[in-house]
Amino acid sequence: MTLRLEAINTGYGQVQILYDLSLEARPGEVLCLLGRNGAGKTTTLKAIMGLLPLRSGSITLDGQSLSDLPAHQVPGQGVAYVPQGRRLFTELTVAENIEIGLMTRGKSHRTRDRVLSMFPRLQDRLDQPAETLSGGEQQMLATARALCLEPSVLLLDEPTEGLQPSMIALIADTVRAMRTEGQAVILVEQRIDSVLALADRVAFIENGRGREVMDTADLRDDPSLVRKYVGI
Amino acid sequence: MDFGPHLLLAVLEGAVGAAVLALTALGLSLVFGVMRVVNVAHGEFFMLGAVVAWFIASPIAAHPAIGFVAALAIAPLVAGGIAVVVDRLVLKRVEYDPEATIVGTIGVLYIIQQSALMIYGPEARPVEPPFNHRIALPWVEWGDSGLSFYYPWGLSTTSYKLFVIVAAVAILVTFWSVMSRTRLGLIMRATQLDRETAVAFGIPVQRVYSIVFGFGAALAALSAVLIVPIQQAHYLMGHDPLLLSFIVVIIGGLGSVRGTVVAALLIGMSDGIISVFLSPTLSKILATLLVALVLVFRPQGLYGKKMA
Ligand SMILES: Nc1ncnc2c1ncn2[C@@H]1O[C@H](COP(=O)(O)OP(=O)(O)O)[C@@H](O)[C@H]1O
Ligand SMILES: [Mg+2]
Repeated sequence: MTLRLEAINTGYGQVQILYDLSLEARPGEVLCLLGRNGAGKTTTLKAIMGLLPLRSGSITLDGQSLSDLPAHQVPGQGVAYVPQGRRLFTELTVAENIEIGLMTRGKSHRTRDRVLSMFPRLQDRLDQPAETLSGGEQQMLATARALCLEPSVLLLDEPTEGLQPSMIALIADTVRAMRTEGQAVILVEQRIDSVLALADRVAFIENGRGREVMDTADLRDDPSLVRKYVGI
Repeated sequence: MDFGPHLLLAVLEGAVGAAVLALTALGLSLVFGVMRVVNVAHGEFFMLGAVVAWFIASPIAAHPAIGFVAALAIAPLVAGGIAVVVDRLVLKRVEYDPEATIVGTIGVLYIIQQSALMIYGPEARPVEPPFNHRIALPWVEWGDSGLSFYYPWGLSTTSYKLFVIVAAVAILVTFWSVMSRTRLGLIMRATQLDRETAVAFGIPVQRVYSIVFGFGAALAALSAVLIVPIQQAHYLMGHDPLLLSFIVVIIGGLGSVRGTVVAALLIGMSDGIISVFLSPTLSKILATLLVALVLVFRPQGLYGKKMA
């Protein structure tokens, strides 16, 4: 399904962070958001999840409004979120974290088995509190919890932050698998090599405003924009 | 009475107090844990439980057992229902801001208290216990002729007091199973741990808050129904349970179920024992001193998590 943000303005309380931001994420496509720290990437994903009220603009999924729904009904439409810093329910067990993901859209044990088969290391730790997992395992769990929604749109906020290369590869494989299944993926990622390897299109964000959106292939040919907006 | 039998009597009195205190404090702790709301009106929901129990039981005073059972079922529902209204009308309006909810619940405290004064009046009124047999307790003594059993004069309790202890334990176990074994419990625990992420996974946090606030008030009312055949209903009776619940929740660790139960046992038992042997005032002084020590040396309480 196509997720469309049209000229959204939002922020935290009185502080406006995003200004007239527009984006489109299409099915079977990985869209990467690039921008400096504090540019508003996380804020964009929170706005999509309905966690921040919009001052104006709209967010729609295949033409149906998401931004008019109460926040807790957004994931039910098939939008799953892997937050920055993972935000697991730390004192709950692995199985309970998974259970919450399944509950969101009333998915069955079949979904659970399929998701766990993608992350076998979680299978052995089902009764452990999530906080006792290693960083990589925690990221697996955060991803697994989101995949339990069987989402049509997947939002990933810096999923490789602080992970070892083997874990980064696993996350990349997962993202590719989602694209193959026809999901729309919005990925916030700081590693340019990962971005170039994974993204179909890249959208730059600067000071809460949308800048160029381009195909990854074009970016490979001319990386000057990366220097301009990310400063590398 | 000798020291031994006297101590047993004090422990029994303490156990009744501890059992009821554990239930009341659990309500306060649940609300703080999940909603981060310090409910200053918690004692008034306790009082409501007792007063409603009187309204239910007194017209059918000829059948104390029926009145009691009806009160046990209805009083928590009434208190819980009023709490849900308070959640919608007061707490939600101030967006659960920690400071604004303190001020708001202080207002609720006075509204409930003065309404009770207007409707129920200033008298203290008893509610008949459903049953109340005196049970003499035996004591053992090692005398000249070996081990001997006897019944010391004055060493007795009532079947109702024993029932209060058993009922409180049963309610605690039920509460614990709901929290750890059911879907509702899972949702409440997830909301407590991370409200925003809970919303991002479809949990209707607003509804969870209403349920939790109602549930917390119902626990207070339930413990009041249990204690009112021993204590009498009065419109100012909410003060002590509120104070003691705060003490318990601070010592046990905010939001920790285990800590709340352990601290309630500690405070309730010592309150009972010190009150019997020395004086009730001294026991409150010691409890307050203990809170001060906990705040200085272990601010997160016995089982609480250190704030990050
Ligand atoms: N909870 C918050 N309250 C107020 N301001 C915030 C909050 N979270 C983030 N901000 C501000 O919003 C801006 C964008 O932050 P964010 O979206 O997290 O950036 P990033 O692109 O690094 O993910 C920053 O200036 C940040 O300071
Ligand atoms: Mg961010």
